[in-house]
Amino acid sequence: MKTVIKKYVKRSVLQLSIFAVVVIMFLIFIILSPETFLSYNIYYAFMSTIPFTAILAISITFIIILGEIDLSFASVVGLCAFIYALVFKYVGNVYIGLICSLLVGAIAGFLNGLFVLKVRIPSLIITLGMSFFWRGLVYIISGGIGLSLVNTKPSVWYKLLVGRIAGVIPAQAVWLVLITIFFAVILNYHRFGNHILFAGDNIESARMMGINVDRVKFTCFTQLGIVSALVGMISSSEIVYVYPTAGSGYLLRVLAAVFIGGTSVYGGRGTIFGTLMGAIIIGSLEAGILSAGVEGFWIEFVYGIVIVVSLTLYSYLTRAGILRKLI
Amino acid sequence: MNVLKNITNTKIEDKKPLLEMVNIRKTFGKVIALQNEDFRIYPGEIVGLVGDNGAGKSTLIKIITGVVRQDRGEIYWKGKNISKHSVEQSRMLGIETVYQDRALGEKQKIWRNIFMGREITFSKTGFIQLRKSEQRTKELINEMGFTRDLDTDMSISGLSGGEKQGVAIARALYFDADLIILDEPTNNLSITETDKVLNFIKGIKDKGKSCIFITHNIYHVYPVADRIVIVDRGKVVGDFQKKNISMDYLIKELQSIAAKGEID
Repeated sequence: MKTVIKKYVKRSVLQLSIFAVVVIMFLIFIILSPETFLSYNIYYAFMSTIPFTAILAISITFIIILGEIDLSFASVVGLCAFIYALVFKYVGNVYIGLICSLLVGAIAGFLNGLFVLKVRIPSLIITLGMSFFWRGLVYIISGGIGLSLVNTKPSVWYKLLVGRIAGVIPAQAVWLVLITIFFAVILNYHRFGNHILFAGDNIESARMMGINVDRVKFTCFTQLGIVSALVGMISSSEIVYVYPTAGSGYLLRVLAAVFIGGTSVYGGRGTIFGTLMGAIIIGSLEAGILSAGVEGFWIEFVYGIVIVVSLTLYSYLTRAGILRKLI
Repeated sequence: MNVLKNITNTKIEDKKPLLEMVNIRKTFGKVIALQNEDFRIYPGEIVGLVGDNGAGKSTLIKIITGVVRQDRGEIYWKGKNISKHSVEQSRMLGIETVYQDRALGEKQKIWRNIFMGREITFSKTGFIQLRKSEQRTKELINEMGFTRDLDTDMSISGLSGGEKQGVAIARALYFDADLIILDEPTNNLSITETDKVLNFIKGIKDKGKSCIFITHNIYHVYPVADRIVIVDRGKVVGDFQKKNISMDYLIKELQSIAAKGEID
């Protein structure tokens, strides 16, 4: 039994340390402002806001493990939210809106894959371009004017997206839990996850061992498009309105969450749990800082410190061979 | 061709070739990597493929494994035409390769590397049988006889060169392939590690499997090979049964080929 625990600790040292960081952070929050952090309200707020960044971060973790990147997903969130609202406005059916939104998301993701794999443009550059493209398209179609989603409220789909379970648990938190479990299981226990790890670690070796690397990458880019559409629908349903700028604030927070979570930008290494913790850190720091009585100007500064410190730590651990031996 | 037949071991001649490549041509732009060459290997045979860097050895094996597609020519596996096979198909047929750079994922665990691209899964759902994979890996590690106790959870980057080679060979052995291709398996290895690798190769023969051993080190290949094929600038220039030639003869032959290359 002891050796089993020891083995488990050794296996999960990175996840356990980042979990410890989250626990310590919340303890500090509780000590600094007990009246806020000992009440349910703050956790209710977290459960309604953190899922947006967390779901995107989990989805993009696959792409970063592959050694690729996607900078266009925030614009795809906006595009798909807008398509959802637009189709609903003209057709009056949320499900047709839902299907169109997911389809557009999938196409946007697949296009990224096409440009990266077939046209052979590095993902950093092409997704930067696509980011402007999709956002620009939304501005043109919308004329800069947003759309209301008030009329979607009576639908079942609205309740599935952002309803409140027993009035206390936001539905998006359930989405987050399901998506976390699904992605973690795929990465660790499914053949496809194995192929992601190897394609990101050593692409030539993966090819020589018969892994269809292109198919893996296409699938990963496409799933991020679909997930972006889902987040677009959830986040805009939460505020019952689609701004043409919807999703634009997510890009940096999502990437920060992934890297704080210990996923390597060089590919081949990363965990879903780490990303989830990273998203919780990013998503709760703001409230923690504000309720501790510190002025809001400090928030970005503290983000910066957290990101720089965690990346320095990972870099040190990797070079010292500690991570290499353990995970 | 008659000359070749005469010196071929009669025992082997009775059998049909395991793998036969006919009239294989491959060019990379203007560079001719292989000029309409033939190659065959029989069951239970160890063939040493010898030649300088750039002679065409690597291209030949990459065509066998399906990594590279030949421009022209046919490939037969147990008599069946497999000229347009993929890497996945060649592995399914029973061709395993230990590549020169070992084709391992450095950041991944040993057990994941063993089953890379051919995971043990629960039927068609694609979910990996974790316990079984680790158990099999443990057995393989024990079988290989590493000098220290390796945990199946260790990542490849924590291993020595010889241990990495051991994992790559263990992977090839696990799938019970009929043909195992080793590309420069003794490169950058210590003397003890080299001995170990050569012993593995003898073990392959004992199991009745075939093996292509690619090297430029004649001292490593001569003791274990049944037949030695010399490749030079895209052409097969020599094909000898080992029992008919001495190591000295072979070295002289190689030297004359090298000298000829310099004159050309």
